[in-house]
Amino acid sequence: MLCSHCYISNISLKIKIMSDIQSNERIRSKVILLSKKEANFAKKEIRRSKMTAFFMVTPLLVFLLFAFVAPIGTMLHRGFYSPVVASLIPDTLDKLNQWSGEGIPNDDVLTSLAIDFKRLANERQSGKIAAALNRNMPGASSVVKSTARKMRRVDDAELKANGAELLLNAHEKWSNTKIWFALRKAGETYSDTHYLKALDLERNSLGELQVREASQIYIQLYSKTLKLALYITLACLIIGYPLAFYLANAPAKTANLLMIFVLLPFWTSLLVRTTSWIALLQTNGVVNSFLMSIGVTSSPLEMLYTEFSTIIAMTHILLPFMILPLYSVMKGIDPSYFRAALSMGARPISAFLKVYLPNTLPGLSAGALLVFIISVGYYITPALVGGTDGQMISNIIAFHMQQSNNWGLAAALGTLLLLLILSLYWLYDRFVGASNIKLG
Amino acid sequence: MTTQGATDYLSFSNIQKSYDQKTLVVKDFSLNVAKGEFLTLLGPSGSGKTTVLMMIAGFESVTSGDILLDGKPITSTAPYKRNIGMVFQNYALFPHMSIAENLAYPLKVRKMPKDEIDAKVKEYLELIELEHMGGRKPAQLSGGQKQRVALARALIFNPSLVLMDEPLGALDKKLREQMQLEITRLHKKIGFTVIYVTHDQTEALTMSDRIAVFNDGVVQQCAAPDVLYEHPENSFVADFIGDNNFVNGTIVAEDGDFVTVKIANAEEEIATKRGDCGPIGSACRVSIRPEKLFIMPHEPACDNKINVTYAMRLYVGDFIQYYFKLPDGKDIVVKVLNDHEAPKFDEGQPIGLTSLKQHCTAYAAT
Ligand SMILES: Nc1ncnc2c1ncn2[C@@H]1O[C@H](COP(=O)(O)OP(=O)(O)O)[C@@H](O)[C@H]1O
Ligand SMILES: [Mg+2]
Repeated sequence: MLCSHCYISNISLKIKIMSDIQSNERIRSKVILLSKKEANFAKKEIRRSKMTAFFMVTPLLVFLLFAFVAPIGTMLHRGFYSPVVASLIPDTLDKLNQWSGEGIPNDDVLTSLAIDFKRLANERQSGKIAAALNRNMPGASSVVKSTARKMRRVDDAELKANGAELLLNAHEKWSNTKIWFALRKAGETYSDTHYLKALDLERNSLGELQVREASQIYIQLYSKTLKLALYITLACLIIGYPLAFYLANAPAKTANLLMIFVLLPFWTSLLVRTTSWIALLQTNGVVNSFLMSIGVTSSPLEMLYTEFSTIIAMTHILLPFMILPLYSVMKGIDPSYFRAALSMGARPISAFLKVYLPNTLPGLSAGALLVFIISVGYYITPALVGGTDGQMISNIIAFHMQQSNNWGLAAALGTLLLLLILSLYWLYDRFVGASNIKLG
Repeated sequence: MTTQGATDYLSFSNIQKSYDQKTLVVKDFSLNVAKGEFLTLLGPSGSGKTTVLMMIAGFESVTSGDILLDGKPITSTAPYKRNIGMVFQNYALFPHMSIAENLAYPLKVRKMPKDEIDAKVKEYLELIELEHMGGRKPAQLSGGQKQRVALARALIFNPSLVLMDEPLGALDKKLREQMQLEITRLHKKIGFTVIYVTHDQTEALTMSDRIAVFNDGVVQQCAAPDVLYEHPENSFVADFIGDNNFVNGTIVAEDGDFVTVKIANAEEEIATKRGDCGPIGSACRVSIRPEKLFIMPHEPACDNKINVTYAMRLYVGDFIQYYFKLPDGKDIVVKVLNDHEAPKFDEGQPIGLTSLKQHCTAYAAT
């Protein structure tokens, strides 16, 4: 068998053999067939094909680097990194870090802070500290602002001499150790505060972890997000499976037409589709008018701005992601499997469960995973139709980026979301096997 | 065509099938099959063979007519209640189940006790000589092995009837011949009733008890292989089964089972058996098999002589195929065994061919 290789004169075949040789010691001992010149040529050929392959995937790698790896790296970093306070009052923080934590810090620290406040008030920067401090200690914002206003009116010499006293008199809170802990915390350039907050945790004055006293909303929000994503996935499955089955078995003409209907959502704007749900579901909307006209209800149902509206609108939007992998897998399943099962005496339902369904699992799991992951991170639709009930984690992330300007917390929440999705994928791989996924 | 009585285990009477309610794919299908018989449905692609099988198995409805299995009509029985085993061309082995699970499937749906299933699966794995491969998935088997498993799976539940739709179509020639023997062996050993569909006449000739030649939605002839080969009832069968030469001519005289035919564009007359040809004066086609023609002066004892001119020869191996031109310009082929005396000719050289009259049959011209 191997000897027949000796007669092959075609260079490209020799190249193939070359790579065989590289990978297989056993063959090398038997086949010695390339002259030096030919071997060089073959090596060049291999190099050229590697280069071509590299150029073809370059755009993908560039995109991946600039639109994926870099932003995610920045996000991870931002969750820990908060340089604002540290850059505004570096001297005071230096001194504050000497503080033992018992009683209020010494006059030196207080004076330095008073001087800083005056400078910041003049530079109109005091708001930044107020916001940063407020995140660690709700209510501290007004303390900072009013103190800064008062310090601004005091002249420099007086401030240097009596700064500590002036500060304590400016607001009673400055006599409370809590605000100093909060300030020291806010002054850390790198801190886990955002991550702890995203997990509804905080550190007490001794630095121990405890459940956050002020409010616990994020864990609940994560679990609600998972719950909604699960409902959406199930709804997509229940609607998508029979539809994909029909598509895969219908005559080509019908199937093509229906496929266009399935893909239609991809060709219309997401906003249009979402707003059409508002029109349908609102109090005086199409659905309510219809229900009332046929007498199912006497007063309109609250459907818009609920979990229900988020689920139904997202199911509509994500359905193609379920149908397409299912369809492609079902298309590849020979109808003779089902017939063979029937001919062997299986009832149609049993044949479906034992023979057909297991063969669609790759498409089913791919579709379910896609829909689930996309819906966990979905933003626009819950924002528009979800109201307060139907909000998901992404909406809160957006809120922290756009309204409360707390990018650090937004980054921490985003990172946790990413970790959540990765661990779900890991679990899936563990128990179902990622190699089972078939995307088309 | 067939005798009633012993051969009516499975019987079709005037089956018709139309997919579009306009044209009939199966026009008039009537046939009786005996218990334990190996019956082959032979016909060109698109002649409706699969359609007939699907109607027996219950996957296609019957437009009109009746199918009786063991005396009971089955046309309105659900497929899963018919107890008919089926072997598909693409094997249809369940890819997510191992070989043993595949074999156990029909027994499981019949709720057979576990130990009986295991014993039966073992028995059938041995029967198809794959006893060590029960744990493998179908994807890990070769084509021939898959086919054997498909066969065993269709037999393991003792079906009243086994249907096979071109089961060897996807195999290469050597494997196909091996599987033909294998199926014949299993049939002899177990004695199941088979309806076997193929478009390969060699396969049909070597395996079947009887062959039903099917074309244009009608059974053209149903007979044992040798009868079919030696006494085809019409020119379609004569042409479809084995190689054949057709010589055009006109009938000039009749004599009982024999007629005399004047060859087109020539003066010679040849004596032939009567096929389905018309009366004196009508056009006909005379069929003569290539191995039943002899090149003069080799065969002295003959009834007919045809004058032709030499065109070319093909070296096939065990025999040599000579091509000659008839007076009307059509080809006529003669097969000569490859011994050392195989003659050589010049192109255009006039040659005489001879044959015996019982080897010639006159059919109606088409
Ligand atoms: N499901 C179907 N719907 C419509 N026409 C069909 C269907 N199945 C087969 N046909 C037609 O019926 C004819 C016979 O097909 P088939 O039974 O598959 O022939 P064979 O098996 O002999 O090749 C063909 O012309 C084919 O186009
Ligand atoms: Mg067919």
